[in-house]
Amino acid sequence: MTREEIIKPENLVYSKTKVLTDTVMHYCPGCGHGTTHRLVAEVIDEMGIQSETLGVAPVGCAVLAYNYFDVDIAEAAHGRAPALATAMKRLRPEKFVFTYQGDGDLAAIGTGETIHACNRGENITIIFVNNGIYGMTGGQMAPTTLEGMVTATSPYGREQQFNGHPLKITELVAQLPGTYYVTRQAVYTPALVRRAKKAIRQAFEYQKLNKGVTFVEIVSNCNSGWKMSPVKANEWLEENMLPFYPLGDLKVPEKE
Amino acid sequence: MAKEIKLMKGNEAIAEGAIRCGCDGYFGYPITPQSEILEYLTAENPYPKTGMVVLQAESETASINMVYGGAALGKRVMTTSSSPGISLMQEGLSYIAGAELPALVVNVVRGGPGLGTIQPSQADYFQTVKGGGHGDYRLITLAPASVQEMYDFVELGFDLAFKYRNPVMLLSDGVIGQVMEKVEVGEYKPRWTNEYIAKTYPWALVGKPESRGHNIITSLQLDPVVQEKVNHKLQAKYKVCEENEVRYETFQTEDAEILLVAYGSSARICQKVVQLGREAGIKVGLLRPITLWPFPKKPLLELSKQVKSILTVEMSAGQMIEDVKLAVECKVPVQHYGRFGGMIPTPTEIFEVLKTL
Repeated sequence: MTREEIIKPENLVYSKTKVLTDTVMHYCPGCGHGTTHRLVAEVIDEMGIQSETLGVAPVGCAVLAYNYFDVDIAEAAHGRAPALATAMKRLRPEKFVFTYQGDGDLAAIGTGETIHACNRGENITIIFVNNGIYGMTGGQMAPTTLEGMVTATSPYGREQQFNGHPLKITELVAQLPGTYYVTRQAVYTPALVRRAKKAIRQAFEYQKLNKGVTFVEIVSNCNSGWKMSPVKANEWLEENMLPFYPLGDLKVPEKE
Repeated sequence: MAKEIKLMKGNEAIAEGAIRCGCDGYFGYPITPQSEILEYLTAENPYPKTGMVVLQAESETASINMVYGGAALGKRVMTTSSSPGISLMQEGLSYIAGAELPALVVNVVRGGPGLGTIQPSQADYFQTVKGGGHGDYRLITLAPASVQEMYDFVELGFDLAFKYRNPVMLLSDGVIGQVMEKVEVGEYKPRWTNEYIAKTYPWALVGKPESRGHNIITSLQLDPVVQEKVNHKLQAKYKVCEENEVRYETFQTEDAEILLVAYGSSARICQKVVQLGREAGIKVGLLRPITLWPFPKKPLLELSKQVKSILTVEMSAGQMIEDVKLAVECKVPVQHYGRFGGMIPTPTEIFEVLKTL
């Protein structure tokens, strides 16, 4: 097939979703952010809510998410996205409001904002990408860094006695009565991508019910920060991250 | 229609002014001496009547970032706090200034540094007008000297904030916040509709229609060439603001040989000092800056040609005096008299200083 034939609409099997802009993403090859962006954008597109969606970007690797999501979107200070989203949803309750945050942003500097937005039961969706490291600043230890994991600021491996335990923030927010749907997903295989997309769709659908925070963690890799090839990073993710951060739903609505 | 007069605390006037001027959202956290604002608003419960959102946040950090989120939607949103809480908000203020968003912040100043005291102070002048957060930015700063001005400056603050897409600070203090005075309140004004916001403020996040690209609210420009341009744009805006928004008041300066310069509650005290001075045959007058930024440099420079000396009176160790000295270009001697750490100067003690000039 020639290029001309391929790009004919009837032959098209895959194309960029319209809720992503044409801006070239800065993410490292092999990183889960690109896939996660795409899933969120596809869900917004398929639900037909592009004009009804307001986003909040974090500080961290996804700091430039506002250039990629083709929705009206604000860039928050580090960790403060849930505070922005709280006000946005309260002032425009008819809109879909989501934050997109990493683990340093959401589980370290923004812990307070995360816990209290979840505990108040704000009707927002939080997309939480957990790669166990501060990627953008060059691979430093995060609250989610696994025990023994080597990072730029735990060069001999994270020591529990010295650095404390990795924080399971998703388990924590699932305990709060203000969260309605809490799930942990991954995007490193096609099957998992499909499952993650369903979860993100569910999270946005549930926002219509006004029953509290819907929270989707994506356990992801950071091949640059982990200093591994993309393939090796995905293997490492499966062998090390998933036993500590097991995939699946942590909280699903009770059947009414 | 007859004027509606209420007897109110300064803090209550802030809250009443917010409800009546059509404020969309208040996000705050309790701290003395301004907790009455949040208490008054939650008791009034304006949401069913006007749609104004009132939310108690988990911290001042969260409050200012809720304001950031609300301001990004083109909504008229505000927070209030006192000195230690305002310190926590400096990050957010820098972001709001950097992202060029309109917002109103009230600081009912108390004594510091640190946890300090809950008594009145004016020691947050530097933090407010010199940029308490990071980067080259300015806060338009209004200094109310009465409960009436606490009420009036809420709407004025919002107007200026939207005119310049810049955060506005009401720099009050524990005296003005707690004192009760008569206030003439205005009519209830409706909040702006979402349609009005979308039409009037094309930068606002309202949900991206097919007809335009997505709106982005950010203070990030990684390319220093672009970031410098952003800064030039900000500076140009501040220049326009300096040319157009200087506000001040003079009191018996026509023939004055000694000039008092004071703002807020210190200015109220200094009115009495002027009276004491005049009774003693001293030709003394008062200039009260109403905007602390932009600062009334020109009127001060003009008066410096007429007066022999200037005395600034502040409830601080001497902060505004630096701007007074810059304004008068050292043409006349400028001295400072201050009480601080929560202490309030009396007219007589200032009068004693006045006699030595």
